[in-house]
Amino acid sequence: MNAPHPTLPGTSASPDPLVIGRRRFSSRLLVGTGKYRDFGQTRAALDASGAEIVTVAIRRTNIGQDAGAPSLLDAVPPSAFTYLPNTAGCYSADDAVRTLRLARELLDGHTLVKLEVLGDPHTLFPNVRETLKAAETLVAEGFEVMVYTSDDPIVARDLESIGCLAIMPLASLIGSGMGILNPWNLRLILDQSKVPVIVDAGVGTASDAAIAMELGCAGVLMNTAIALAQDPVRMARAMKLGVEAGREAFLAGRMPRKLYSASPSSPTSGLIS
Amino acid sequence: MTFRCAVNGAVRSFDPAPADVAALVRALALEGKRIAVEKNGEVVPRSRWAETPVAPSDRLEIIGAVGGG
Repeated sequence: MNAPHPTLPGTSASPDPLVIGRRRFSSRLLVGTGKYRDFGQTRAALDASGAEIVTVAIRRTNIGQDAGAPSLLDAVPPSAFTYLPNTAGCYSADDAVRTLRLARELLDGHTLVKLEVLGDPHTLFPNVRETLKAAETLVAEGFEVMVYTSDDPIVARDLESIGCLAIMPLASLIGSGMGILNPWNLRLILDQSKVPVIVDAGVGTASDAAIAMELGCAGVLMNTAIALAQDPVRMARAMKLGVEAGREAFLAGRMPRKLYSASPSSPTSGLIS
Repeated sequence: MTFRCAVNGAVRSFDPAPADVAALVRALALEGKRIAVEKNGEVVPRSRWAETPVAPSDRLEIIGAVGGG
């Protein structure tokens, strides 16, 4: 069978791929490209993270700017990464759909997208009604939709039934670094979902990423936790390791918790008396 | 009379008037840049820039990819 996208990373090399629709990836860490000091640092952090999927924003071109100004597309070439254009900053389904139609044109027909429709500029909480509306339109137009949403299992179920390829609930507010605030809701979503569940937003440090993966999440998407670390490149590597450690622990299956009895790890016989 | 139309939310003047989207992109020194164009809310595919006229009442959006989460 001919691969529909010969440049897709991942493919058959990984024994435990992240599968998004018909695409396969070996990295379970998805990284945003915003808030870095410069494009050099952006690229170095992406390389250290091992991420294959990178989010980008769609914005009005700065008309009249220096023709030789560096561009994100040069530093992070779409040939080396799988772009995930987002709808950050959109507050209506119409704006989100328009933005992603433009992204598809910009990226030569690329249909893998991150849908997010915000409901409040202070909390950046999603407007789920507009998110559902946009998801229906985008899926009908052939987009492969990965969707940022609240950690409401009912909304997650509806988004999956519309045809979204990945459900991406927040763990805490975007850019807050507050970590996994409601693991129980994430568990409810994980238990019911047949598509990958990817924590999007709220991760602050590597242990947060590991916790998300230990819960059974298929991946973690982050930006600020890396970009605003004191050493972004080193934190990118920490996040890679955190995601990998959490995934391994999930697959290994943790020991049962024993709340009321200890169990020695050393032999109970043969002690000197 | 100078041709004016809205590009990225601001009214801009063009002289001479651009005959089509391709000419407008050239006039803005954006030729060859990685951009996408929308006219009055509809995407104009790059392949149709040269055959898509622009009028003074048109609203154009010209976008690109930037860093973001």
